[in-house]
Amino acid sequence: MSDVKIGAYICQGCGLGDRLDTAQLAQVAQRDAKANVVKEHEFLCSEAGIKMIQEDIDNEGVNRVAICACSRRAKTEAFTFEGVAVTRANLREGVIWVRPDTDEARETTQDMADDYVRMAVTEVKYQSPPTPNQETSYTRDILVVGGGVSGMTAALEASRAGYPVTIVEKTGALGGHAAHAWKGIPMHAPYADPEDNIVDELIAKVEADSNITVFLNSTLSRTDGAPGRFVAHIAQESGPVTDRKFGAIIQASGYRDFDANELPEFGYASNANVVTQTELDAMAKEANGAPLKTKDGKEVKNVVFIQCVGQRSDKEGHLPYCSGHCCLTSIKQAMYFKDANPDIDTNVIYTDLRTPGAGGEDFYRSGQRKGVTFTKGVVSEVVAEGDRLAVKFKDLILDEDTVEIADLVVLATGMVPNSGVDIEAIAKPADDEEEVDADGEVEPPQVELPVESILNLSYRQGPDLPHLKYGFNDSHFICFPYETRRTGIYTTGPVRRPMDAQQAMEDATGAALKAIQAVENAGKGRAAHPRSGDLSFPSFRREGCTQCKRCTVECPFGAIDEDEERYPQFNEARCRRCGTCMGACPVRVISFENYSVDTVGQQLKNIDIPDEFEEKPRILVLACENDAYPALDMAGMNGVEYSAFARIIPVRCLGSVNLIWITDAMNSGYDGVILMGCQKGENYQCHFVKGSEIAHIRMSKVDDTLQSLSLEPERVATYEIAITDIERAPKLINDMAETIEKIGMSPFKF
Amino acid sequence: MSANVQAIESYRNSFLKEVEANVEEGDWVKMCMQCGVCSGSCPLGPYWEHPPQEIFMLIRAGKREEVLKSSSMWMCTSCYNCIARCPRELPITHIMHGLATYAERLGMAPKNQPTRKFALKFWDNLTKKGRVNELKLGVSLYFMNGFVEGIKTALKAMPLGMNMYKTKRLNPMEYFGGHGVKDTSGLKAILKKAEEIELAKLKKTDA
Amino acid sequence: MAKKEYSFYPGCSSQKGASGSNYQVSVDAMCETLDIQLNHIPDWNCCAASIGYAGGGELPRLALSARNMALSEQAHPDQDIVATCAACWLATRETKERLNDDEELMKETNEALAAAGLEVKANKKVRHMVEVLIEDLGYEELGKHVKKPLEGIKIAGYVGCQTNRPFGIHGESFENPVYLDKLTETMGAESLPNYEKKVQCCGGALAFSEPEKSQDLVKGIIEAAYDGGADMIVTPCPVCQMNVEVYQDQINARHGTKFKMPVVYYSQLMAVAYGSSAKEAGLDGNIIKAKQLEDIAGK
Repeated sequence: MSDVKIGAYICQGCGLGDRLDTAQLAQVAQRDAKANVVKEHEFLCSEAGIKMIQEDIDNEGVNRVAICACSRRAKTEAFTFEGVAVTRANLREGVIWVRPDTDEARETTQDMADDYVRMAVTEVKYQSPPTPNQETSYTRDILVVGGGVSGMTAALEASRAGYPVTIVEKTGALGGHAAHAWKGIPMHAPYADPEDNIVDELIAKVEADSNITVFLNSTLSRTDGAPGRFVAHIAQESGPVTDRKFGAIIQASGYRDFDANELPEFGYASNANVVTQTELDAMAKEANGAPLKTKDGKEVKNVVFIQCVGQRSDKEGHLPYCSGHCCLTSIKQAMYFKDANPDIDTNVIYTDLRTPGAGGEDFYRSGQRKGVTFTKGVVSEVVAEGDRLAVKFKDLILDEDTVEIADLVVLATGMVPNSGVDIEAIAKPADDEEEVDADGEVEPPQVELPVESILNLSYRQGPDLPHLKYGFNDSHFICFPYETRRTGIYTTGPVRRPMDAQQAMEDATGAALKAIQAVENAGKGRAAHPRSGDLSFPSFRREGCTQCKRCTVECPFGAIDEDEERYPQFNEARCRRCGTCMGACPVRVISFENYSVDTVGQQLKNIDIPDEFEEKPRILVLACENDAYPALDMAGMNGVEYSAFARIIPVRCLGSVNLIWITDAMNSGYDGVILMGCQKGENYQCHFVKGSEIAHIRMSKVDDTLQSLSLEPERVATYEIAITDIERAPKLINDMAETIEKIGMSPFKF
Repeated sequence: MSANVQAIESYRNSFLKEVEANVEEGDWVKMCMQCGVCSGSCPLGPYWEHPPQEIFMLIRAGKREEVLKSSSMWMCTSCYNCIARCPRELPITHIMHGLATYAERLGMAPKNQPTRKFALKFWDNLTKKGRVNELKLGVSLYFMNGFVEGIKTALKAMPLGMNMYKTKRLNPMEYFGGHGVKDTSGLKAILKKAEEIELAKLKKTDA
Repeated sequence: MAKKEYSFYPGCSSQKGASGSNYQVSVDAMCETLDIQLNHIPDWNCCAASIGYAGGGELPRLALSARNMALSEQAHPDQDIVATCAACWLATRETKERLNDDEELMKETNEALAAAGLEVKANKKVRHMVEVLIEDLGYEELGKHVKKPLEGIKIAGYVGCQTNRPFGIHGESFENPVYLDKLTETMGAESLPNYEKKVQCCGGALAFSEPEKSQDLVKGIIEAAYDGGADMIVTPCPVCQMNVEVYQDQINARHGTKFKMPVVYYSQLMAVAYGSSAKEAGLDGNIIKAKQLEDIAGK
């Protein structure tokens, strides 16, 4: 740190000069925090202000810059300086905008600003400017796993953008599930009639594209590496294993039908004239316009379609979700009959008709116009009635049990994703990993595979992409679609959520773009998302590591493997830079160049803690930079006030919070600590998927620490905050201030 | 009909097709999406034997008699709330009127349904002279349930009639003559021809 | 402003000695002030209202309105058809739109009209008097003629059904039309913009055949007006006016209420505000006297 030269720049604009004693702030920066160069400016983000800073960097050797002005979320472009570490003291949104402009508030407001200046100068002292990582590898080839509608579309889109693509398809032909259909749900206005199946056109395009290589009858026997340097071992059914290098992977492994044999009440197993939608489409494809016949060769005069068969059901073994396409598929299939012969009676029995997509409602109306009957009802049983079928159901509109006689019954069974091994169900990184001693070990999961793996990843955390719910791959469906928990590997199509062919095509286009984004960022050695462009990456001090494996287990993205000597092996290109590993490390050996146990720990230690009798408590707020910190900034913009005793430090993710910070804060005499992260659980909004959840688990154990210090458990609180919580987040701070007033000040003030 | 035959006929398009052919705006029945907004919006909703949503489903379920013999359609006040609110823009008011007319023509409408009686009298009244004679209409109304009932009803309505008379909004002399169009024969010829055209178009049904 | 002329369809209830005769009286007074000339369609006939369906069916019913349109086309070829009665307006406009939309229906209708030597083109606008007031004159112009602002009167604007649905007044919502409130305010009275039952059905023709059910609806309409502190109810429809006004005694008898809520036409408000006498404004035709209006008219 011999060549560290810190410049602290204090802005007087936006009312800062009126509300704060900036000369005092300059003094604090220089005297308390030991900045080498300290300057005030009346308008720091102006051309002149920026020039002043740049000149100090160029001429005075300033290489650590503390901007004491507005929030780090404001004026980001102006305050970007190449080759130096930069931080911000949030005096505007974080101080003057959340405090009343009154004489009595002046002193505590100034206290706040003084501390934020100390904190910024201290933080930047412990930072160094990040440089691109050395593992950078640029491979433009994209691997697509699965040759159905999703996979072929992704391949064509990536190829059109100029990236070579390889498709690996398990079966002997391209086309996937949709290839079995006679016609498709319409994708074009007026959405009135079934359209030609899109699959043939897609196959022709793929085959004509010299930029796309197709491996049929092939699977991945092993996948190694990281974005920019994946190596796939492609095993052909009867042939050699081919090793190829890829920059990114798109998994489009599709779905299979729910097994109708599981549903004896619908008579599927016992009656040949009870068929699934997939089978009906195959029958129609074979007939190719000729009248459809029952299995005993009679022309079909009456068809009943039963919706939601074994799906949207909470019965054991059923699918709890809606597969999204089946209502439209039944309308399409009823039209097969109506278009051929309007005198054929077709009845669609549904509980809720759902026709998603732009043309869904039009297609439904078209079905009604063609005379397809739609009946709101629940089918209890399908039984043989002579050589026909009796469909017993309750008509929910007429509120009566009734029966319809049919020649053919079509079951809308749902989609089951081909999402590979559920590595978490097997590994269960249960809570008890916390109970492993600091120097103990967490063994890699011994996986027994009930399902065939799709990717066969050589990652320590397991061979496939983690699931979210109902077996669908976790693909951050709220904030960042396609992004799985394996950087550079994207899911698309029904493996990620139920969808029809048209939605799958749109979806695949998005996944192709994400894959390209990963390829390009990996090539430049920086994060793809959500911290796009971030050059920092984690490293660890080998001599201090106890090989406890917590970092490898807790990394939400499976970025950390183990080397031959059982030390963690960071794969920077897989890393999203959340810092969950840093938060996990009991011996605190993991750090980023510009984000470490010290950059935060030293800040919280360097604020001024007034003694007990001054009645100025201190509340440390560790706020996630993604939602909680912006919410607090917006509170400032909206003039929502909060306690002057709060000191807020943004963190990359709550997952990066190391418990030492809490212990240090308590030992330093803070009266309360608040952690603010994103929503966790099934509907998580955590940008790093598991960070907030892991932090909550860690914090649930913090009571022991508090007890050992004889402190009240109320002094530490962990919350889930949404970016819209601009009233709630300040209120939680104020609540803590009230709590402290009730339980008294911390005895740990020196 | 045996239970089995009934089952074989249920949820077939036959009655729907009859309605489409013979009922005013009957083409629209198949477009109902069973949301129930019509039933919930009807001012007399609770009094319908089968609210409009059910009527549409009954038609699609092939329940011809249940529909045509029902008093339901006669509960329509023509407030058009169902039309205004139907997300599928079905002309529900007109369909209900059309079903009532069709049931009447088939002789299946409930004979003593009061609105049916009133509606028929109204039509008779207006076609006589081309304009409605409110007094005659009222008097015939009072007696529509028989003489004794009529006297009772009329007595009950006396204060109302007196009020109307006092404010010159009811003229007893109307009973003997009153307003009307000059060209009654022309008007009657028009109506006769219109009815002729309409009845000729009715598709014969087996029922 | 030049005199405006319209081909006028008065309807059965407007006739002398009929239930809406005082509506017609007030309309005449209002039109005189506004320089509107109503040219009556010669030999017009009943529209069959909405209750004529049972006996009339579709084509005969439409033929009735078609005859009126044909007569209007002959007598006043360049004038829009205007009706004051909601049912008359609705039936005529509906007929016009159906004939315009359906060539076969147009052909059949003319076949029927030919029996009396008539032919219809159905090419005229069919308008309610309120549309004439709002669209051809506008609130500002309507306000200019006010001589006696209706100060101190709070009036619930009861729009009802058939001037509101399915066609309604252009630019107004089905659920919360505000034109009556605006008219009321233009005449200097206070409106009740949140009047809860402003588009509630009064029972229409079923007031005769289902009196108890209809009167329950009317009860709600009057109660909501009282709840809002209204002194009277104003309406644009003769059926609404009659149903809400004349059954109050019967409702009181059945439910123990003490309703005595005057129900007037917008044209009566306007006639009084424009300086007409109580008689010219047809106030003598109200069974429940609109005392405050009579007072202003008498000043």
